[in-house]
This record gives sequence, C-alpha cells and structure tokens, in this order.
Amino acid sequence: MAKTKVVVDPITRIEGHLRIEAQSENGMISTAWASSTQFRGIETIMQGRDPRDAWAFTQRICGVCTVVHAVASCRAVEDALGITIPPNATLIRNLVHGMQTIQDHVIHFYHLHALDWVDIISALSADPAKTSAIAKSISPWPNNSATYFAEVQNRVKTFAAGGQLGIFTNGYWGHPAYKLPPEVNLLAVAHYLEALDWQKDVIRLHTIFGGKNPHPNFLVGGMASAINLNDTATINAARLADVQAMITRAKRFVDEVYWPDVQAIAGFYKDWGAIGGGTGNYLTVGEFASVDTNDLDSLYFPRGIVMNRDLSKVYPYDHTLVKEGITSSWYEYSGGDAASLHPWEGETVPKYTGPPTPWTYLQDEKKYTWMKSPRYDGRAMEVGPLARMLVGYAAGQKDIKEIVTELLTRLDVPPAALFSTLGRVGARCMETVLVANQMQNWYGQLVARIKNGDTKTFNGDKWDPSSWPKTAQGYGYLDAARGALGHWVQIEDGKISRYQCVVPSTWNCSPRDEAGVPGPYEAALMDHHPLLRPEQPLEILRTIHSFDPCMSCGVHVLDADGHSVVEVKVQ
Amino acid sequence: MFFPTQFPWAKDQSLGEHLEASGVSRRDFLEFCGQMAVLLGLTEMAAPRVAAALEGVKRPVVIWIQLQECTGCVESILRSADPSIGELILNIVSLDYSHTLMAASGTAAEAALASSMKANMGEYLLVVTGSVPLAEGGIYTTMGGRTAKDVLVEAAAGAKAVFAVGACAHWGSVQAAKPNPTGAVGVAEIIKDKPIVHLTGCPPIAETITATFVHYLTFGALPELDSDGRPLFAYGARIHDQCPRRANFDAGQYVEVFDDDAARKGWCLYKVGCKGPATFSPCPIFMWNMKTSWPIGAGHPCIGCTERNFWDTMTPFYNRLPNVAGLGIEQTADTIGAALAAGALAGVAAHAAATTVHQIRSHRKAAAAEGAHDGQD
Repeated sequence: MAKTKVVVDPITRIEGHLRIEAQSENGMISTAWASSTQFRGIETIMQGRDPRDAWAFTQRICGVCTVVHAVASCRAVEDALGITIPPNATLIRNLVHGMQTIQDHVIHFYHLHALDWVDIISALSADPAKTSAIAKSISPWPNNSATYFAEVQNRVKTFAAGGQLGIFTNGYWGHPAYKLPPEVNLLAVAHYLEALDWQKDVIRLHTIFGGKNPHPNFLVGGMASAINLNDTATINAARLADVQAMITRAKRFVDEVYWPDVQAIAGFYKDWGAIGGGTGNYLTVGEFASVDTNDLDSLYFPRGIVMNRDLSKVYPYDHTLVKEGITSSWYEYSGGDAASLHPWEGETVPKYTGPPTPWTYLQDEKKYTWMKSPRYDGRAMEVGPLARMLVGYAAGQKDIKEIVTELLTRLDVPPAALFSTLGRVGARCMETVLVANQMQNWYGQLVARIKNGDTKTFNGDKWDPSSWPKTAQGYGYLDAARGALGHWVQIEDGKISRYQCVVPSTWNCSPRDEAGVPGPYEAALMDHHPLLRPEQPLEILRTIHSFDPCMSCGVHVLDADGHSVVEVKVQ
Repeated sequence: MFFPTQFPWAKDQSLGEHLEASGVSRRDFLEFCGQMAVLLGLTEMAAPRVAAALEGVKRPVVIWIQLQECTGCVESILRSADPSIGELILNIVSLDYSHTLMAASGTAAEAALASSMKANMGEYLLVVTGSVPLAEGGIYTTMGGRTAKDVLVEAAAGAKAVFAVGACAHWGSVQAAKPNPTGAVGVAEIIKDKPIVHLTGCPPIAETITATFVHYLTFGALPELDSDGRPLFAYGARIHDQCPRRANFDAGQYVEVFDDDAARKGWCLYKVGCKGPATFSPCPIFMWNMKTSWPIGAGHPCIGCTERNFWDTMTPFYNRLPNVAGLGIEQTADTIGAALAAGALAGVAAHAAATTVHQIRSHRKAAAAEGAHDGQD
C-alpha cells in the first residue's frame, strides 16, 4: 500500500502554532515531522536590560504559562547575583506556581485534551440515571444527580438541534477510536462545563500575591506582596483566608472530579498504554523547594535523568551537558550548522531558508522549524509530568511511588504502560493530586511562620546594582506544567549581556538533530502509532496533546493563529 | 486554551431574546447593565436606558483575528468578572470568524472569512489581538501561508470599526521593544482609514473590552477616545489620581525598599519605581479577576503597561520616573524626603502633586485638540 502524506496544520486545542506532517502506511504512522512556524527573538530584546526587569519581559513569552518564565528568570538573576530569598517568598512562589500547575493541568485535560477521548455527540444518547450511578460510585462530588446530568444533556441537545455546535462542530464524532460508553461521555461533558467556572475562581490566588492574572508581578529577591496581618493594604488575615478557601476548592475539584474521571476514562483506553512512548529518555530539573531551590534534597519533585526506560537508575542532572543544535532549524550559528552550543554560548540568529509560502509540504526540507534541538549529552529528552513521575518513581520519592502504584493497580497495567500516550495523561493527573496536597502544606508553613513573627518576603541586600560584581552569570530552573525550564543569564556592568531560555516545548517539539535523531513528538508518533483514517487524524491529536504543547514558549514567539482548524491533505 | 460558547447567539435573534433563551433573569441583566453604566462613566440610574438599547440589538457581525501575540489577552477575557452575561456578550465574537473559536478547517475557515466579509461588507466589527511583524517580508508570522499584514489588510477593508485589543495590537508591545527584531508594529500603523479603538494593556482588563462592546451596541458608535485612541471611560485618568495610596504620596509616605515598614503599611510605591504618575489606566477602579486586587494593591509598582513603548520608556522598571521625558518629579520626591526630615511636609507635598499633574494636563490638552472629552483633574 502506498504511503499517505498527512499534514495537520495547525494542531488545534494547544497554545500557539504547530504543524505536524507524517507518512502513514497500512493504518500506522511510519515517520513524522513537527514544525513550529513562528519566531519572535526575545533573547535579543533582553540584551542591555536591567536584570531585575528580565522576569517581566520573559513572562510575556506566554500568557498561558504566565508564572513559569517569570519565576525561572528571577531564579537565574538571583543565582547570578548570589541572592537567597526569604523562606516566606519561597513558599509564596510555591503557592503561585502550584496553583498555576493545578489550573493549567485541569484546563488541559478538560478543555484541550478530553475531546480526543470523549465523544460529545455520544453523550446525547446517554441515560442520565446511569451516569448518576457511575458518578456516585467513583466520587462524593455533589453534582451527581440524574436531574443534573439530564440538564447538561439537554443543554448539549439544544446545541445540536439548533445546528450550532460552536467549537464542537467538525469534531471526529463517531470515529471508531472513541471507546467510552455514552454515560461516561456525558459525565465528562458535565465536568468540562464545570471546570470553566472553577478555573476563574482558583486562579485569583495569583491576584492576591501578584496583583493580576494573566501576567502577575514578581520581584528579584523575593515577592513584593508585604505581609501585615493588621493592615488593609497588605497580605492580611482576610486575604489569607481567601487563599485558604481557594486551596480547599482547588483540591476538592482535583480529588473528586479530575482524578476519578481520569481513572474512569483511562480504563477504557488501556491499549494507549502501549502507544506513543517515543524517546524513552526523561529529564527533570526538579521543583517545589521547601527551603532553597538549589538544595536538591528540599525539592518535592526530584531532579534527575532516566535513560532508556530504565527505572532502576536515576542519573544526576549536569547542566553543562545541555546543548542546542540547529541542523533542522531556521537559524544560523557563527560556528556552522553542525555546532551545538551550551546556553551560555547560545546564539539566536534567525535565518529562514524554507520554501516560499504557502507551503504544501515541509517534510522534504532539511530545515523545517523555528524550534532548536536541545539535547542532553547528545540525546533527545522528554520533559513534563511523565518525566517528573518517572524520575520521582525511580528515585523512590514516597508520594510519587505510592500514587503511581495506586494507579497501575487500579488500571491493572504494568509499569511499562507508563512509557506511553496514556502514561502522560495519567502522570499529569497524578502530579496534580500531589501538588494540590502540597498547597495545604505550603500554606500551613507560611501561616506558621507568620504566627512566629516572621513576615519577611524580600531580601534587599543585593538590590542596588552598585553591590553587584562587574560580571556575573547564573541559571534558574523551574519544572513547569509542561516540563523542565531553564533560563541562563549573563550580566556585565549591571546589564544583561546574554540571555537564553531552554523551554519544555523546545525539548519536546525539537526537530531531528545532526545525527538524524527525531525529537520526542516525532519519536512518539513513530512508536507503534496507529492512524486509522488519515483524513481524521484523531490518533495524532491524542499523542501530541498528551504533551500539552505550548508553542509560544517553545520558540519564544507570539502565536499567529493555531487554535482553529485541522487541515489534512492526503496525497 | 479556548472555551466554547455555551449558548450561541443566533444571527436574527435580538440580544433580549438571546439572553432569555440562555436563562438570564431580568434582574441579573439589569444588574449587569448597571455595572456597565458605571464603568462607562454613566450613573447606575442609566441602567434601564442601557438595557432598553441593548435588548433590541441584533447580533452584530464580528470577525476576530489573532496576529503576533501570547494568548494573554484571550486568557484575560476568560477571567471576566461576570461569567454569565459578560461571556454571553463576548460570545458575539465567536460566531462569524475567529481563529480561536471556530471549528471549521483550514480552507473552510478561509472561505467562511471571505464569505462573511463579502456578505457584511462595511458593516462588521473587526477585533485584532497581536502585532504585525514587517521585517523580512513578514515571514515571522504567517497564517495559512499568508503574512499577518496581508490578513489584517484584507480583514480591515470591509470593517466598520476596529477593536485593537492589547498592547501588541496597540503598538507592538514586547516584541517591538528595542531592537524590535521582527519589525513588529500596531494595527494603526497599517490601517489608516478606519475608526480604531485601542483597548490597551498587557493584557487589558476583561471588563474594558466588555464595556466597549456594550457602548458600541448601546449607542451605535465607539466611545470617546483620547489622543492615543484609548476610550476615555477606561483610560481617561491616571493611576496616580485614582490610587488608594495617593494620600501617602501627598503625605510623603514612601516605600524606600521593598518589604520595609512602609511597604507593610501599604504606603506609596513611587520611590521603588511606580509608573502610576505617568500611566492612564482603569486598574484601580476596575481591578482584576473578579475585583480581587490589582498590581499596586498587591505591593508591586505599576509598570505602565497601558502606555505606548512602555518596555523602553518605563524601564528600568524599578527606577523612579526620570526616563519619562519632562516629568521631573524625581527631584521633587527627594525634596520631600529631605523636607520630611526638616519637618516641613505639607507645602512640598502639594507642590509635588502639582508637578505631576502638569503631565496629565498636557495629555488632556492633546486629547481635547483631537475633539475628545476634556476631563477634570
């Protein structure tokens, strides 16, 4: 049978602009290319700026990941200048980043990913009484009556009857890869709608500590939100009570809606535990320090490397082994295309060599994307929730070990099922449960410190540029919702002389490197990957969405469109 | 991440019918109109008038294009304070053409855009988020193989008016910061022959956008604008003049370093870099995320994100305002510090206030010269 060329451009329900090209044969994908088609050049804009301003610039890389670049940037500058932030600031940053992670993962599951597994139209034929019985059997969540589910079903029916399905129009409804019974589909649709209102509420935690969302404010040296229980304009008892209430509501939704739903849905898709694994190498920089981010023992999610799906060993992470290549990318290096550079020597000089637009195919081009190819010790690495759960599991982190074991037991699948598209879905949910638990812990610590009279949120010892060395360099890590993030900064005479970001979606969406090794998206699509109907590339969406792509971040661009359409060209 | 319109507004339905079909009570609708009236600078008494005008409105044709941007503006809209009615109003933007929300496929989407523009030539509202990169022939942002500029020019041709949402659509924002590697510019650099309203900010507050829609639907025209195309109801006053910490400024009570005793009393952030004295924004009044707080309310100085070129003119962010030409209040604030030590507070503080007010006066004059509303200081 002839090869079928498939183009999915843009991939919908992601942040930013992503194009996937593939070839399929006999219902399977034989080869794939991932291309990001936007560039902005934030690193160039950073040069000559005050390093204390860097967080605000890099934050604007992305309005979805609105916390992670800002915090990574603060950490890089603090590392360069030798600033230790007060414990309260660490705890507040944990709370802010923790809530970002929770909100981001829930939104990803229900609003960006669920429609790959949940058939909305099938929900119309569900028996609400049966849905209610299922809901009651898996969760104490109160919205579980037959009347409630009938109401939701009626809403969707009104939609369908009016011929206006909104964003649900043109989905692949009825595709044979959808396996859920109508009743479970209805349950997921109800929670899809509930999550819409939930996300607006819990994210207000950012507003309390950072003044707004998107793009809350941060501060090199700590946090700007001063604590005084006895003032109206500061973090006081009323605002702390609001924070506590949001933490409670966030945790409840995660425990009683997201976690049971993922288990219920995953039970019908166990075959996806053997599909879409890919590179098999996993990297984490670790996250959620109780004291100091550079104190590896204090990281709740450990830092490390798992190679070749071998969970018996965790390798230490060494940042000097991180290098970026441009063999397949629209850039040039002063040392030539084959060079590969550590971020401290990084260069970001765009040079577009693609065909004139509009393109038909990019797959015959040597260079086909604005993504660089980061490699660790020469290897392509997957980053993100799955990497965090695997490194934590291999490292023996107690909470991770427990929850991973719990999920594997409930689904009755072996640990090898983790290296897959389904593994990513499960890992994202498991870590959301863990972070939601930690929120209460961090909040409790913060309150206990305040109770003991410590309200310090900022270390101003090195605030004044006159206290800085003539030259300095540092790095800041953060394991973001979508994976390992690193910012590298060099400072000369009080100004930024070089700035480089190596971002989760750059690791995961990286193109082929000098040795021809594909990046994680590409490798996952080539790993036992079905594609039943090339004109309805549902399976491609499942695997690509399981990574939760964020293209603005990946190439530090502001996306062009990307959210709208799926276009398939079949040759 | 984009959410569905729960109840689509049918084309021949009036807004009143649409809200009724969506289960919105009369009382909630009037309350919403009251809030909008206040945001628009009317009194709450105008609520029935706003309601009467809105109810009869047929769904306007709105086309929304996204150019070079970070999705933050759309995220901001999703955090709108009023989830039911605000969303229902904003949902009008999702029906004719929206890269974000429409489900049609590539060529079908292009066809939908073309046919909607043709059928509603000269009548539709165009919403734009993101900037237009002009360098290298526009290759840094292409959509369906076409440059952002081409897409914008075509979409604007038949528009009745343009909503430029966010700092990127206003003037290019962060990607236009020096040295502007992609040659990013705002919408008004390209489109010269259409009324454009700038709902600026990085990102703007959702209610600013909602209220502008309501104004347009209620009165059939854009609200009055300042000299930079921003609606006066939202951007007509400086943060400094609406700031709850203004009394501290006037009294010479400043935060000297973050987290000092003054910070813990919620005093004025001017000396740690607050750009409120040079920034026209609705932040202190509208507030953020269901009115939970706002940047100064959370202890961080304003970075001036509603002002043109703020990434260059307002930076370094933590320096006092000297980079803003002609303001000259840094010296005055130092004088205040010295004067405080000498115990002579009141007169100097008043002088400082007068000096900073000078800036807004000249701003107002520029606005007045354009025929816009001349506000009170």
